[in-house]
Amino acid sequence: MATCTGCSLLCEDIEAIVTDGGLSHVKNLCRKGHGHFQAVFTERTEPSIDGQKVDLEKAILAAAEILKNAKRPLLYGWSNSTLEAQAAGIRLAEKIGATIDDTSSFCQGLLMERIIAGTIPTCTLDDVRNFADTSIFWGSDPSNSHPRHLSRFSYYPRGDKRQKSYEEERTCIAVDVRKSATAQLCSNYYFRLAPGGDAEFMEAIISVLDGKIPKVADKKKMIELGTLLKKTEYGVIFPGLGMVYSMQDRMDLFERLMARLNEITTFRAIPMVGHYNMRGFNELLREKTGFINRVSFKGGAAAHGPENSVLSAAKSCDAALVIGSDPLSSLPFGTARALSKKPIIAIDPRRSLTTDAAKVVIPSALSGMEAGGTAVRMDGVKIRFEPIIESKRPTDEEILTRIMEAI
Amino acid sequence: MVGAMEIYMLLPKTNCKKCGLPTCMAFAVGLLGREKKVDECTPLVEEKKYEAKLKKLREVIAPIENASETGLIIHPEKCFGCGNCVVACPVNVAADPTRCGVGLGPQSDKVILKVEDGVVVCNNLKECRRFGPNKTLCNACTVTCPSKAIEFV
Repeated sequence: MATCTGCSLLCEDIEAIVTDGGLSHVKNLCRKGHGHFQAVFTERTEPSIDGQKVDLEKAILAAAEILKNAKRPLLYGWSNSTLEAQAAGIRLAEKIGATIDDTSSFCQGLLMERIIAGTIPTCTLDDVRNFADTSIFWGSDPSNSHPRHLSRFSYYPRGDKRQKSYEEERTCIAVDVRKSATAQLCSNYYFRLAPGGDAEFMEAIISVLDGKIPKVADKKKMIELGTLLKKTEYGVIFPGLGMVYSMQDRMDLFERLMARLNEITTFRAIPMVGHYNMRGFNELLREKTGFINRVSFKGGAAAHGPENSVLSAAKSCDAALVIGSDPLSSLPFGTARALSKKPIIAIDPRRSLTTDAAKVVIPSALSGMEAGGTAVRMDGVKIRFEPIIESKRPTDEEILTRIMEAI
Repeated sequence: MVGAMEIYMLLPKTNCKKCGLPTCMAFAVGLLGREKKVDECTPLVEEKKYEAKLKKLREVIAPIENASETGLIIHPEKCFGCGNCVVACPVNVAADPTRCGVGLGPQSDKVILKVEDGVVVCNNLKECRRFGPNKTLCNACTVTCPSKAIEFV
């Protein structure tokens, strides 16, 4: 049995047959996870400095040299690393007084902050399978982003209290700007929003729950939704990036909606985290510093603020360590251009735009396949996994420890 | 998926009865149900004026001829490997209730659908509810597919 690290569902029931160091046959792995597992055989990185191949030891020493001489180093990535590597990363940041940030900074951070702090009630995915009768996919499309979400937890499986499952007892609702693959499965309960119309829709739901006439075009459908939500015994909302980006600083409205729903019945929220261990980093950093991301250790104490987010730190830093992420592809163009001019140390199992532009490249083992460790699923459950194939490449944790020793 | 009317439009529409059926419409339904073959319509094959129609007909009928005994067609290029069909299929759940029933991948060999190498594959089609004389028109695997990768003829 192997664990897939392709998305934050961390499916544990993967059966892989390994022959001659390659994967000949994999069972139960979705298309996304299959692609992730096959990635181990193509486009692997080699240790290099300025595009010249060197041995691993030299690359690690060069990385340590860059970080030691930097005045405002930035450590970024982390969402695709194990908890052990993240802990080593936070220790490294403390030691060199660096700014540390992960992908949640411009992703699910706003929501994750509230979930971990407990202002928005949450539950585990196993609770969803056992008790939930209404699942709302808001601004998310799990069929594409987390393919096994519906079949493992939220809609199709039978649970303790939901033996008749999707046929009679479960309802799934999609709220999205387009008719996504998931919305097609929800048939009657698909609500199309205009881009940015999430706040208005939330207000409409609250007014329906209060027994008022909502200020939307399709009042009848909205009242039907209100009735369905009131009849729900255990509901779960899965907010995706679509909702988080649309709400931004109005996230308290979502808090209000959750509070109002919980006055009537039980409602929980589980953010649809993309990277497999983003929540792990958020929880770990919160334990250490009290903040989930955007932390600077400059001057010894942990400081939090928008100036420490990757978007501004990418411009103000003088060296960057990027681990398990490809910021040059994913960040906005201006920020990516500013970052590309800085000396970058890239720790990545595979080639990407960032490793191509990096000054120092350190190859690492692909976690889940070549390296074991612990990760936190999107709902906060810790999952431990073992490697399934042997590799000579060092794990993220080993690399970071060696860099720290060299410093 | 092609319909009987679409096939009918590509037939000679003369009701010549050479195929053994009373009308061309009946022959179209026969083609769709895989009880008849295109070559059984002799005028269509022999007469030159139907050449273009024959070519088109062979094209639209090709996926139906490749279907399994129960009429199940899987398009692996469209499949996400999400496993919705694996968990929804009543025969799968009966064969492996402790795993398929709760959303995990099946371990039993008796299941019909399972996900292998990222896409769904089917085995043991004789167990399918749509097979045999007492067949029912179960569609649990097609209605749960987000990408329409599973179809029935």
